[in-house]
Order: sequence, then structure tokens, then C-alpha cells
Amino acid sequence: MILQSVKMAITSILSNKLRSLLTMLGIIIGVVSLVVLVSLVNGATGSITDSINAMGNNLLSVSISDDHGRPVKLTDLSAFTDDGTFFRIAPAAVSTATASGSYAEESVQLTGTTAAYLDIQGLELESGRFLMKPDLDNHSNVVVVNADLATEIIGRTDAVGETIRFNGKSFLIIGVLEEDDSSINAMSGDTLRAYIPYTSLIRLSDSVSLDVTSFCVSASGDDMDAAESRLENMLLERFEQDEDAFSIFNQSSVAESMDSVTGTLSLLLGGIAGISLLVGGIGIMNIMLVSVTERTREIGIRKAVGAGRFAIMLQFLIEALIISLLGCFLGIGISWTVIRAISVIGSADYHLSPGIVLLSIAFSVGIGVLFGLYPANRAAKKNPIEALRHN
Amino acid sequence: MIIFQDISKIYRIGDEEVRALNHASLHIFPGEFVSIIGPSGSGKSTLMNIMGCLDTADEGQYLLDGQSVSNYTEQELTRIRSRKIGFIFQSFNLIGNMSALENVELPLIYQKLPAKERKDRALDALKKVRLYERRNHKPNQLSGGQQQRVAIARAMATQPSLYLADEPTGNLDSNTGYQIMQLFHELHDRGNTIILITHDESVAAQADRSIRMKDGRAKEVAV
Repeated sequence: MILQSVKMAITSILSNKLRSLLTMLGIIIGVVSLVVLVSLVNGATGSITDSINAMGNNLLSVSISDDHGRPVKLTDLSAFTDDGTFFRIAPAAVSTATASGSYAEESVQLTGTTAAYLDIQGLELESGRFLMKPDLDNHSNVVVVNADLATEIIGRTDAVGETIRFNGKSFLIIGVLEEDDSSINAMSGDTLRAYIPYTSLIRLSDSVSLDVTSFCVSASGDDMDAAESRLENMLLERFEQDEDAFSIFNQSSVAESMDSVTGTLSLLLGGIAGISLLVGGIGIMNIMLVSVTERTREIGIRKAVGAGRFAIMLQFLIEALIISLLGCFLGIGISWTVIRAISVIGSADYHLSPGIVLLSIAFSVGIGVLFGLYPANRAAKKNPIEALRHN
Repeated sequence: MIIFQDISKIYRIGDEEVRALNHASLHIFPGEFVSIIGPSGSGKSTLMNIMGCLDTADEGQYLLDGQSVSNYTEQELTRIRSRKIGFIFQSFNLIGNMSALENVELPLIYQKLPAKERKDRALDALKKVRLYERRNHKPNQLSGGQQQRVAIARAMATQPSLYLADEPTGNLDSNTGYQIMQLFHELHDRGNTIILITHDESVAAQADRSIRMKDGRAKEVAV
């Protein structure tokens, strides 16, 4: 019976191709907007959280604004790691400088730090080595650059051994970092970065001294909140319980708030797309009502040859369901194409999210049944004698 | 066996009451070929609708094969239509987007027969009306006479106990009408009960017996 109803529904959909397609259009547009928007948001969220995670999920950054006469000296830093809560610690003084190399001259972001910085930030070396303790002790003029800087200033990535000048002082490139194409760096703009020994930056920049005003630590365990409060207590003790003397930036809390923002965003976009699906459903109901009126005589004939209410109802309900599902599958197909096209054009990697595909199928089934029920019921209730007289 | 006892059907048009059937009584025996004749407005169509279980009487008793159909629910009436009645209409009433074979199969689908048996019986019926070769044609690719033969095959497919034909030759020229009447004679010869509703005296005269309707009453006429 159901199989026969499906056959009949397909016959009737095919005998009115243009109308069926136009009816489906509402569902197609609804599904495409739902699937594409949510997939794009998910894709973007994915790459943002990836890059946040790549920066180190167990990373805390501290900046000190008022040292209450007890500045954190470079040599004091190791005291923080004594109790085992923190794994590594490194100062991170940031300054800008004009870099000139064999290829070009650009303004770059200069970070003065120590050897531990590499691991804390989760950076990867492409070639050469990172800063080491002797570099700091000797105030060496050595630098590790990122791949972008190497390309821009030196002209190629295998720049180890080359010399580069920062504000006129020449530095030897000892290492080049791996290319980082994550979108968060692309978004932040200044992608030219160089890392030199903290002690060398003191000589280069007036604003940097042996009193460390910003540093980063990596926690030993997974519990970032515990690590954060531990660090906070240590700093409060040092700075006479003044909460405004310093601020702690927790990388994992950024990831969390990012998640909640994008979650809200995809809910919002999904909601808007859901409304267009609903409108598509109303379109189906409209056409089904017209179709029931047009086929009144057919309904009369079917009833005369032995179709009961249920059989008529089933036929029209299945027809509405098939229109809705067909529209849904076409919509998913189009969404896939659109997402592929966006991936190619934007040279990013977006995928159909399986969850939203399943959701849109479920939604379409619901809409087909919901908006097919009323027309189907109207068809089923027709009086056979009057229906047969209908022209 | 069909027994109508004092059947009345009352329609209300505004404040006016119209008795389409007014205490009509008649008997039709199995295997009979009976024509029901009368001018328009005499209650022929109402009689056929009640006989074919498309409608129920307001008063009186209708016994079909010994069952009293008068108080049946819509669902039970549907079942009787499906099992016992074969309709043939003046305007053929085939479904336009379905082939001849599919049209003939339709009542069997509603009887929930398996696909194989359905097809066998439909093809068999089409052979009997000599349209086997045109089984895949759509109604609009068939002539009026051919369409009516498909409709007869559709009625035959369920092997009903009663064939109800409402002006089956009304839309056909006399030659084609003659061929259709031949089919009814063949059906009758095979022992089927046929009730033919017409206003054409010459068509009515071909039946074993004629019942004349006038003002909602049935009256036997001598042939």
C-alpha cells in the first residue's frame, strides 16, 4: 500500500514537473541556507579554535602594570615554577622595530624572551634552533624569525645564517619557524614576528628593562582554572593584595568564550534559515490544497473503485512528504556544491556538517507531514458522489 | 441479490424538501441483466448511488447479497464498493496520468492484492475487452470506445457481484455504443449481474427486464 502510494505520488509529481519544482524551491532555499550557513560557521569556528589550541591550551599570560616597588626581575621568574604548578615560564616583552634585510625593509613585531618561550607558545621550528641560555647570558645578537618575516625581508624561508638589521643593529638568524596559516594570525594583521634574547631587547628598546612586566607560563596539569588561581594568589601576595596591579589572560577561557559566541551565531543563523524552511512548508501546503481541488474527480474515481479515507490520505501525505524530501536532497546537493565552491574560492577548508544535514532531513520530513496533513485530510474527506460530479 | 424496500432519499434545497427517491422498491436476482430507464430527474442517479454504496438511503432497507447495507459506516461501504461493485460511468472516469493497465489495476491495489496477481488479473481483463495491445496507452491516446472498454476491464478486474453502468453509451456514437453493449452481453452470458441505467429506450430494450423510474418510484415494465 505504501509502496503503491509512493509510486502514485511520483507519477503525480512527474506529471507536473514545473509546479513540483517550484514548490520544492522553498524547501531547497531553506535547506541550502540552513546547511551552508551552519557549515560555514562550524568551519570557521573549527579553524579559530584550532589556532587558539595551537597557541597552547595551558597558557597563561601575565602583564604587570604596578609593581608596588617589588618588580619581578628576570632572575626571579624561576621562583614561580618552584612548587610544580607551573611547568615553564618565560618573559615576553613586545616591541616594534624596523627590520631591514637583503630583500626589503618592514616594520616587525619584536619579542624579547627566553628559551622556554618556544614550548610555552607551542611554536614549531622549520629549521635552525631557538634561543638558548648562552644567547641570553651573552646578550647575543641572534634572532629567530617566523616564516612570513623570512619571506618578506630575506626573500626566502631558508634564511638561517643570514643577517638582518633591527633599528640598525645587525642580528644573525639562527632559526626559522614553521609557516602558520591558521586564520587567527591572518586576521590579526602583523604577521612579521621575530624573537630575540630578552637581554638583547633591553639594549634595543628603551621601554624594556630587567624588570619584567609581561611574561607567560604554561601549567603542568590540565586544570587551567586551578593554575590561574594559584598564579593569582602568588601575584597578590607579591603586590600587597592589589588586584589591579596585574592581569592574567587565560587562553582556554578565550577558547570557551569563542565557542559560546559561535554557538550563538550558528543558532541564530540556523533559526533564520529554519524560518525559510517553514515558509517552504507553507508553499507545499498551498500547492497541495490546489492539487486536491484540481484532482477532486480523481479522488471521486478512486473512492468509487474502493479507496477508503486512509488510502486517499496516505497518497496525498506521501506526495507532500516526497516533494519536501526531494527538495531537501536537492538542497543538500546544492549546499555541497556551494560549500566546495566557497572552499576553493576562499582557499579554506569547509565541510558539510553531518549534524546539520541530518537535522535538515528531519526538519523536511516534519514539514512535509505537518503541512501535508491538512490537504490530505481534505482530500480524504471528500464525498465521492460530489467528487465524481466535479469537473 | 438486490432488494430495495421502501427506499427514500430526501434532499433539502433551501427550505424545500425534494424526494429523489420516494418509497422505491425493487428486486434484482443474481445473473440478471436489468435496465433502469427514466427521464432526467426521475431518481435514476440517486438509485444508482445507493445501489453502488456511494450513498445511503434516508428511509427503507437495502439488502445486498442478504446484508443490510442501510446503516453501514463509511468504512464498511468502502469495503463493499471495493469487493462487490463494479462501476462503469458515462464519462469513463479513467485517471489521466495513468496507463490503461494502471487504471485497471487501481481497484486491485485498494484490495491490497500482491503485485503479481494484480498484474495478471488486470491483463486478463484487458484481454477480455480486446485492449491487451493498448495496455500502456494513456486514456488521452485512446478513443472514447476504447476508454469505455478500459473502464469495463477495470470493473471486471475485481470480479464484482454487481456491475453498475450509468449511461455507458451516452458519450459514444451508435456504432461504438453497439460494441460496448456487446461487451455487456458477453459479461451477462458469463453469469454476471448487470444493472444498466439509461434514458435510451433502444439500449434499455436489450436487457432482460426494464425498470422504469418516475418521480422517485420504480415500476416494472413489460418488454
